[in-house]
Amino acid sequence: MKFSVLVEVTLRSGIADPEGATIERALPALGFTGISSVRAGKAFRFDIDAANADVARDQALSLADRLLSNPVIEDATASVEPVS
Amino acid sequence: MSHVAVVVFPGSNCEYDAAHAVSALGGTSDFVWHTETDLSGYDAIVLPGGFAHGDYLRPGAIARFSPVMEEVGQRAEAGVPVLGICNGFQVLTEAGLLPGALQKNRGLTFLCQPSRLAVRSVRSVLTRGARVGQELDIPINHFSGAYTCDDETLAELHAHDQVVVTYTQNPNGSRDDIAGVSNRAGNVVGLMPHPERAMSALLGSEDGRVLFASFLGLSVAA
Repeated sequence: MKFSVLVEVTLRSGIADPEGATIERALPALGFTGISSVRAGKAFRFDIDAANADVARDQALSLADRLLSNPVIEDATASVEPVS
Repeated sequence: MSHVAVVVFPGSNCEYDAAHAVSALGGTSDFVWHTETDLSGYDAIVLPGGFAHGDYLRPGAIARFSPVMEEVGQRAEAGVPVLGICNGFQVLTEAGLLPGALQKNRGLTFLCQPSRLAVRSVRSVLTRGARVGQELDIPINHFSGAYTCDDETLAELHAHDQVVVTYTQNPNGSRDDIAGVSNRAGNVVGLMPHPERAMSALLGSEDGRVLFASFLGLSVAA
C-alpha cells in the first residue's frame, strides 16, 4: 500500500527559536493580535510503500530521526494517510 | 612534520586557507575528496569551512553521510587530531563526533566580523600550546553559529574541560559564550571562528598561529 507522509520538524521546547520569535514580533504590525508561541520549522512530504500505516509511520520517524531532524535540538512528528 | 588531510566536500570553500595555514607553519597537506575512505597516511585531519553539500536540510546534515566521514570517525577514535572549522564544526556535531549543535544566530544575522576569544582549556589538540585565559583575535563568518546543547551536556562539557574557547563578547547567542568544544579525549575539536584567517598580522591578526601550531604538535611560546 502507498501512504502519503508529512513529517514536521520543529525546534525542541526550551531551544531558542529566533525565526519563530522574529515572526511573532512582526505580527502586531500587520494587525494580527492574540497570537503567541510561534515556532518555525520544516515540513517534508513523501510517499512510502508499506504494509500498513503503522509501518509507514515507523519508517518515516526513523528517517526523521536519522536525517530530516537533528534530535539534539529538534523534534519530529509524522502523519500518514493512504494514497487512494 | 605533520602531514594533514584537508577534507573537501562539494561546497567547501576554506580548504585553501586551511592548507595555507598548515604550510605557513612548515606542515604539508593534501586535499582529500569526500568520497575517499582511507586517511591512514595522515597525522591530522581538518574539515574546513564552507557549505558542504550546499548546507541543504541543515549545515552538516548531508555531509555526515559522505563516505569519508566513517574514516574520520575511526581516525578520531584512534586519537588522531581532528579539527572542524565553522562548517567543519557543524559537520562534526551532526556526525556525533562532538556534542551539541549549531543553530541560527540570535537575531538571524549573518555575522562576518572580528571576534575576540578566550582560551578556556589547554587540554585540547588545538590549544595545548596556549595559556588558559589567553585572548585571541580570530574572525567569525557564519549564519548558524550559535552553539546549543541541553543542560546535561553543558554540565558534562564543563566537568570534563571540553569548552575550548569562548567569546569575550557573545556575538551570536551561543550558550555560555561557547565558540569551540572538544570531545572527551581532547583530540577532536570544533570551533566556529576561523583561525586559518588569522595567520598574518598584515591581514589583521596572527593569533591563529598558536592554534595551528598546537594542532600540528609544534611547541610555541604562548
